[in-house]
Amino acid sequence: MPSKAKGKQATPAQQQAAKRGRPSRVSVAPGRVPFARDDDDMTETGDGQGGEDWMQPKTLVKPDDQLDLSETELKEEYTRILTANNPHAPQNIVRFSFKERCFKQTSSVDQLAIHFALDGNMLHKDSDEARRQLAKMGVGEAISEQTISEAGEEKKEEAEEEKEGAEEAGDKREEETTTPAPTGGQKLTNQFNFSERASQTYNNPYRERGTATEPPPRATFSSNATQWEIYDAYVEDLERQEKSKEKKQAMLKKDEEKTKKKLTAVETQGDDISRIARAAKIMERMVNQNTFDDIAQDFKYWEDVSDDFRDQEGTLLPLWKFSYEKAKRLAVTALCWNPKYIDLFAVGHGSYDFMKQSQGMLCCYSLKNPSFPEYIYPVDSGIMCLDIHPEHPYLCAVGFYDGSVGVYSVVEKNVKPLYRSTAKTGKHTDPVWQVAWQKDDLDNNLNFFSVASDGRVVSWTLVKNELIHTDIITLNMDGAPEEGPDGTQIVTLGSGTCFDFHKQTDYLFLVGTEEGKIHKCSKAYSSQFLDTFDAHHMAVYKVQWNTFHPKIFISCSADWSVKIWDSSFTKGPMFTFDLGSSVGDVAWAPYSSTVFAAVTADGKVFVYDLNINKYEPICEQAVVQKKKTKLTHIAFNPTHPIVVVGDDRGHVTSVKLSPNLRKVPKEKKGVDTQKGPEVEIAKMDKLLALVREPPQNK
Amino acid sequence: MEEGAEGKKEEKETDIRRLQTYPLIRHSDMNDEMRTEAMELCVTACEKFASNNENAAKMIKESMDKKFGSSWHAIVGEGYGFEITHEVKNIIYMFFGGNLAITVWKCS
Repeated sequence: MPSKAKGKQATPAQQQAAKRGRPSRVSVAPGRVPFARDDDDMTETGDGQGGEDWMQPKTLVKPDDQLDLSETELKEEYTRILTANNPHAPQNIVRFSFKERCFKQTSSVDQLAIHFALDGNMLHKDSDEARRQLAKMGVGEAISEQTISEAGEEKKEEAEEEKEGAEEAGDKREEETTTPAPTGGQKLTNQFNFSERASQTYNNPYRERGTATEPPPRATFSSNATQWEIYDAYVEDLERQEKSKEKKQAMLKKDEEKTKKKLTAVETQGDDISRIARAAKIMERMVNQNTFDDIAQDFKYWEDVSDDFRDQEGTLLPLWKFSYEKAKRLAVTALCWNPKYIDLFAVGHGSYDFMKQSQGMLCCYSLKNPSFPEYIYPVDSGIMCLDIHPEHPYLCAVGFYDGSVGVYSVVEKNVKPLYRSTAKTGKHTDPVWQVAWQKDDLDNNLNFFSVASDGRVVSWTLVKNELIHTDIITLNMDGAPEEGPDGTQIVTLGSGTCFDFHKQTDYLFLVGTEEGKIHKCSKAYSSQFLDTFDAHHMAVYKVQWNTFHPKIFISCSADWSVKIWDSSFTKGPMFTFDLGSSVGDVAWAPYSSTVFAAVTADGKVFVYDLNINKYEPICEQAVVQKKKTKLTHIAFNPTHPIVVVGDDRGHVTSVKLSPNLRKVPKEKKGVDTQKGPEVEIAKMDKLLALVREPPQNK
Repeated sequence: MEEGAEGKKEEKETDIRRLQTYPLIRHSDMNDEMRTEAMELCVTACEKFASNNENAAKMIKESMDKKFGSSWHAIVGEGYGFEITHEVKNIIYMFFGGNLAITVWKCS
């Protein structure tokens, strides 16, 4: 730092000092007379000057060796620069360099001048001495000291750097020491450059959760442990062991075990798939229910209110439509409700066309799933008829176009029928038009009857794995047997198209033929008919005994007519109805003896109730969209007030009968209404009585 | 069981049966493995402490506790009646030695 030493009278000593660069302690105070004090040259002149201020400044007492300077020279200002260079340090040190063999001036000279040195008594903590001391003091303290001193050291270093910068003099080299740092938690904090920082991470909030497990289930058990009980138990065990030994000797258990193992293996495999299948089935049904929700509601609850206003007439409310893609080309040839599972019905598919014969199909639908059949059995020949066994609702007897009959079991996973008749086993030579289950025979074998165009009514018995046939009756035509080319007698057989067994008298049955005749036959008589009715002009398509009345039956034919007969009256029908088109099927209602429904080839369903109107149908309704579709079959559901109708396009339509169609005649109030067959029979008798009387009442 | 003439035969049979000291399970709803293990354990315990039912029962109870979890109870004796509540699938009631009845059940 350059300082100007202003001075009027600068003592020569002062000047010398200034030259040398020594800082001279000169306190320059403006306005004051500068005292030239120099430690080295403490002269009296200064004092003398100061003391003789009031004296005349003329006489100056100068020392002898003082420089004589003129006044101007005295007034000159001299700039003195104070540097940090050490004035005592040599400026040009010359040394002999042996390498270059000449004297060389060292370029830089160390300017360090130590003004003050004080030996301290601090030790580096890692030095040997320090370690020895630490070992004496104890390790624990050392650690705490270390941590604290480390913290302190950093701060001390910073402080020292600043201090060095602040002070000019003093290059104190401070050693890091392990001073006995303050123990017991007190932090050595750097006063200058220390700031505490803290931060808090986000603590997730707490939530209480509690559960209680279910205790393991418990059960109570009680017994009496007595000597006699123990004895009895052992005795029993012995007996059991003896019995099992006998059994082992008698039977071959090995095979059984093997089969059991196989079964269990298959079952476990099947379980996984079947579990999914079951779930899928339920899902399917639910989806269907949702889709067809309104129909389902109608089915259950809709009662046509307008029936009250319609005079005695009823309507058919269309419900679900059942169809299967692969059966779309095939006509519905048979419909049968399952007697046990009232929502299940079987549909037989085939073809009525003589020229176009293709495969057939047996489908079982459920009302719960209108979009897809529950069971599908494809066959090579068209199915013409089917019947479900009343006792065993899984057995389905089927008649084929190729003349064979078969029995399907719905529970079997196999697609093939359980039984199928072949040429060897006496199948028909012409299409089988109807099959019907009978009661089990004496040997408890299942059996059913079939009628076909070859004029035979055959009884089939299911014996173990085979079908055994028995010809019950052959439908002989009227007329003498003609003579063939060889001279043999050729008996022309009529062609049976339908039959029906009497509900009460088991042996009695009716057969309808293609010629239009209806024969009343008995199972006992194989060659003769009990009676013959000249029913129709064309083939009789359906003949059915009345549900309640034992003597009444109905027949329908291709000659557009439906006729109701009394079996004891062969000359003519009781009632005749002209429907305007070939009648494909007719069926009595299961709930009334006077209601029946018929379907025609022009797509209409006719419902008659003789109790209400003897001549006109109480309902005539087209059930199919396209006019060209012929309706082929109709079947009443035994319990629900619905009917299924099949057409020749392979669709099955279900319709609900409106209340008017299912009327039960109201008795007078107060009189007990006897619901049952007797009432129905009585109803019918009343009607018949009217009919039989002379034509006045007609 | 026939009486009278066959009474003597019965006595012989009973002696024979008493010699047939096989374990007979009277009632058990355990799993098969647990049942066999428990049965063997009971047989071992009863044979070891043939004279002291208490020790046999103690051994059974402690072993069952170790193997199958806490709070088993065991009763070994020749004549007693009982009514107990047990955890489902954790009871065995068996006879052994022709005259010993052992009941072991779990209930915490």
